[in-house]
Amino acid sequence: MDISDENTAQEAISAEATYLQASWRKVAISLLLLAVLIVVAVLAISLGAASLGAFESFSAVLSWLLPMEEPSRLAQMVVLQLRLPRIIMAVMTGLSLGIAGAAMQGVLRNPLVSPYTLGLSSGAACGAALAIVMGAEGGSYVIVLSAFSFSLLTMVIVYSISRIKGTSVETLILAGVAMGYLFSAIISSFKYVSGHEELREIVFWLMGGLYTSRWENLTILVPLVLVLTLAIMRYSWDLNALSAGEEVAKSLGIDVGRVRVICLSLASVLTAAVISFTGIIGFIGLVSPHLCRLLVGSDHRYLIPASGLMGALVLLISDTACRTAIQPTEIPVGIVTSFIGVPFFLYLLVRKKRRWWQ
Amino acid sequence: MRLSIKDLCFGYNGSLALEDIAIDVSEGQVVSLVGPNGAGKSTLLKCIDRILKPNRGSVLVDGRDLARMSGKEISRSMGYVPQSTAEVFPYTVFDIVMMGRRPHIGWRVTQRDISVVAETLRFMGIERFSSRYFDELSGGEKQKIAMARALAQEPKILLLDEPTSNLDILHQLELMKTIQRLVRERGISAVMAMHDLNLASRFSHRVVMLKDRMIHEIGSPEEVFTQENIRSVYGVRAEVLVGCDGRPYILPLEAV
Repeated sequence: MDISDENTAQEAISAEATYLQASWRKVAISLLLLAVLIVVAVLAISLGAASLGAFESFSAVLSWLLPMEEPSRLAQMVVLQLRLPRIIMAVMTGLSLGIAGAAMQGVLRNPLVSPYTLGLSSGAACGAALAIVMGAEGGSYVIVLSAFSFSLLTMVIVYSISRIKGTSVETLILAGVAMGYLFSAIISSFKYVSGHEELREIVFWLMGGLYTSRWENLTILVPLVLVLTLAIMRYSWDLNALSAGEEVAKSLGIDVGRVRVICLSLASVLTAAVISFTGIIGFIGLVSPHLCRLLVGSDHRYLIPASGLMGALVLLISDTACRTAIQPTEIPVGIVTSFIGVPFFLYLLVRKKRRWWQ
Repeated sequence: MRLSIKDLCFGYNGSLALEDIAIDVSEGQVVSLVGPNGAGKSTLLKCIDRILKPNRGSVLVDGRDLARMSGKEISRSMGYVPQSTAEVFPYTVFDIVMMGRRPHIGWRVTQRDISVVAETLRFMGIERFSSRYFDELSGGEKQKIAMARALAQEPKILLLDEPTSNLDILHQLELMKTIQRLVRERGISAVMAMHDLNLASRFSHRVVMLKDRMIHEIGSPEEVFTQENIRSVYGVRAEVLVGCDGRPYILPLEAV
């Protein structure tokens, strides 16, 4: 073996080693995100308007899980019925939006796509506003169902429009944006004709918030979110291949049309399911995937879970800030995610060394 | 592996783009598709790989009809290198070549997948870029990466769409030499759409000349690259000389 052979052999080994090292790094970063999320969630249990100490809060949770001395009724009530479901709701919502955003950007090969740009949020808002105008009470399942159906209906309409032009990605995105405008106009007309109480209700819904979190909602949401998340993650390799373009993906044996429909449907149901409970929470679906591309790269096997964890973390921090910043009132979380998130995102955008996307 | 294309027809929205194409490619052969813009070279390559579905006719690999094979099966026997590659999101070179393992991978990347990718990078001479980002690299390097991705599929047939069109002469030669090595060392067959007639002449066993959606002439470079063929297919008067390697060498003179 002459010297140049030896060199190339070494280089090949180092290419393998570098790849493995990078893979481990990505796993470590994802685990770190998970750890931070757990720590923040634990802290969030002890924070809130009611004056409960950290010890009292944790013992309320522990007494629920383990047989031990009962803490005060107040602690039990506040921690178990208010804070805990709300924290889980924040995690589920953030997780869903982050994952749906990553999947949608991947499947449409476009970094600007989010549930918002595809008209899903506006559709949900329109459904909720309709239910409110028709006399549904705030926080009732009628509003949730109406928002959910309208959101999915939007996706069906947008997809059907794009089908007419051979499912081109550009048509799909533009149709989504256009439908978003249409729904906004419908919402405005609802606002215009509705009475004082209803108007207030609609505005509240549009700002988004987790104050309606209840255990019975979570028993529906948690299994749904977990199943959809796993289903989306199964398509990680296909999403990777798709980012090289439709032709290359097809040459790699991928049924592009099928993958596109399935991933968009899964991501849409995931988004619709959470925002129909919480109202519009913008920005997380758009930004979590970008932050995570910076942390773990674009490989969807790592990007999707990391983006979910990032979404959960951002929303949990924002929501905890919402309910503790100006006690005893609270700020709608949609406002806070944008106020904290947008400057941070813009900072990263300007500061970044290299382009994140073409 | 033996590739045979039989009576293949393809059309977009009613108008035909390819008519009655029949080509046989035996193992270890390099076949170039030449012809003017719009003659159907790229379309034919995509029909062979079933990126586009032919309206009529069939493509057989070792006697098996591709129409009856799953996408995954096809992608294990055929690799496709597009004319240009653009990645929307930042991937490292290793990640991109790993995508070529998609036909073989379940969810986990195995040690074998990693070795195949590393070995392919070395074969293409781009292992030093393995952890660089794709969009930082030059056109020639990108072309090599696209080819490495197709090779990571471990195909028996390689389809290349104008592989040299964005490259300088050094990279053109390197790429053609690589194809030659693949054909000789691994028995891969290559089908390429080519604009550069002289490169096609020098590196192909056989040349298929397309004109107006149909095969005008098929045969060895000497048989295909004649003054008459170039005049009637391209509408160009050309001088056909003999190069130092004995292959025809085309010097275009003027439009007819």
